[in-house]
Amino acid sequence: MTAQRKVWGDTLLELTREDDRVVVLDADLATSTMAVTVAEGNPEAFIQVGIAEQNLVGMAFGLSTMGYRPWLSTFGVFLTHRALDQIRMLVSQTGAPVRIAAAYAGLLNGSSGKTHQDIEDLAIMRAMPGMTVLAPADEHEARAITRWAAEHDGPVYIRYARDAVAPVFDADYVFHPGAVHRLRDGGGDVTLVSTGVQSSRVVEAAELLAARGVDARVVHVPSLKPVDGDALLAAISGVGTVVTVEDHSVINGLGGLVAELIAERGDPDAPRLHRVGLADGWSESAPNAFLLDRYGLSAERVAEQVLEALGHSPSPSATVTVTAPGGTVG
Amino acid sequence: MLENARSGHSAGPLGMADLLAVLFGHSLRHRPEQPGWEDRDVFLLSNGHTAPVLYAAMAHTGYFPTDELMTLRRLGSRLQGHPERTALPGLENTSGPLGSGLSQGAGWAQIVRDLDGRPDRVVYVMMGDGELNEGNIWEAAMYAAKYRLGNLIGIVDRNFIQIDGDTEDVMPLGDLAGKWRTFGWHVVDIDGNDIAAIVEAVDECRRVTDQPSVILARTVPGRGVPYMEHDHTWHGRVPTSEQADIAVAALTAEGETR
Ligand SMILES: Cc1ncc(C[n+]2csc(CCOP(=O)(O)OP(=O)(O)O)c2C)c(N)n1
Ligand SMILES: [Mg+2]
Repeated sequence: MTAQRKVWGDTLLELTREDDRVVVLDADLATSTMAVTVAEGNPEAFIQVGIAEQNLVGMAFGLSTMGYRPWLSTFGVFLTHRALDQIRMLVSQTGAPVRIAAAYAGLLNGSSGKTHQDIEDLAIMRAMPGMTVLAPADEHEARAITRWAAEHDGPVYIRYARDAVAPVFDADYVFHPGAVHRLRDGGGDVTLVSTGVQSSRVVEAAELLAARGVDARVVHVPSLKPVDGDALLAAISGVGTVVTVEDHSVINGLGGLVAELIAERGDPDAPRLHRVGLADGWSESAPNAFLLDRYGLSAERVAEQVLEALGHSPSPSATVTVTAPGGTVG
Repeated sequence: MLENARSGHSAGPLGMADLLAVLFGHSLRHRPEQPGWEDRDVFLLSNGHTAPVLYAAMAHTGYFPTDELMTLRRLGSRLQGHPERTALPGLENTSGPLGSGLSQGAGWAQIVRDLDGRPDRVVYVMMGDGELNEGNIWEAAMYAAKYRLGNLIGIVDRNFIQIDGDTEDVMPLGDLAGKWRTFGWHVVDIDGNDIAAIVEAVDECRRVTDQPSVILARTVPGRGVPYMEHDHTWHGRVPTSEQADIAVAALTAEGETR
């Protein structure tokens, strides 16, 4: 089990050695994002801009206009929020091939708390014209996506998780933008749709559900934009209930995407949609296991919410009672 | 605290401990038992990752029980990984993403002086030296000088480290005193681990009323813990329990002789 950020650093080092137009620009977080692998292995390809994210994006854009293939290294939260104007005007509006590597994506960032948890990035980036928006499930997909993005001639936003998860793909995985993947067949009772590393926990949730007599299919959507809508609708058809699960706000991320597809198709037999993720509220500081439990994203809590969506009575044992500052969610 | 939380930042907070001890124990006009007291001075922590030292200063001056310090970064705790204004009474700002504290301080200083007619109320804004890489700091610096905010005192934790290494390698700050002076600020350069020097610097800044002041406090990151001092790799690392025991022993021994 390898963390995606580690895979990103290793793959980037290979890329910089294969092509000297590939560079990484870092905003004083190289040891966290793992851009340090490039800083140490190929210092020529590493550019330190200091703690200055707006400058980071502007610099990368400038390099892209000169034929370079820049990657950005910092926590995603400082890109999609602090440097959003630069991403919008310089990168998205010009279609510049700047690769936005959003490190420490989502809720799990080592107990830093809500200021550092980016749970709105997919919503923001999905709305950005011309942006490819990707969230790999595991180390293998992270590697394939990194290699794909290096070749892509346009803006790409990629979520990279801080901590490793159980892989769902093999080392020979090949990435095709837009494609959706069935990670678990069957699904007489419910289809679970997920993205990013949450998909790994959702596969585990499906096993828990199987043990409770519920047959769940699992569909992974690594490419929030572009997405093969027909393939996604086909993958969720034929069952009465679809549950989207994401390490993100339930607004305008994966749940929003699936809702849009279902509503636009207007099929009277379309499944009923339940969205699991961060309800409209902020999270807090705590170790991963506590956050996953509190905000309904652990395998156990996902299974529980699926059972509820299917009308089974909730099991009292797993109910969590914690009072948290900053609003209650999940 | 950090050992217990098993995540957080060690070097910065230790280096800043003397500064916060002087501010919370001596300089600040505040009532820990009445956090919203309307005559209070305000302290803003802009370099939010150093929250543990702020929490320690607040607990030891009576804002909340010292036992609570051990809840740092735990689920449901008021002591969030970075200061969260709405979580704990007495916290005046939310920070973590670097660079935004000085703007808030400038706004606060201007309002209490011009609208409330209380130029005697002072706002202190603590910043990291790496944090000064952020453009937002310099936007606020220009603003505060334009309006001659004499009741605004910035304090820079000048410890020469940030995450990726030495500040002068990552993004050189160079003649930092000269930079602030050119921006229109009164500058005091001190040893930030010298209690008497800190007291004196704050007093001097309070006497300057026609321009904002900044204290460049040269501190030793990891101060008091021999294996951490000056080592930037301790920026965001926490000690193991054996390391924590050594740290506490070293700090206690020093405390007894000081
Ligand atoms: C906007 C923003 N970018 C990056 C970070 C990540 N970060 C946290 S602390 C830090 C280094 C700050 O250096 P300094 O202010 O000197 O603090 P010290 O390491 O001395 O404690 C960085 C880059 C952040 N918190 N906010
Ligand atoms: Mg520093």
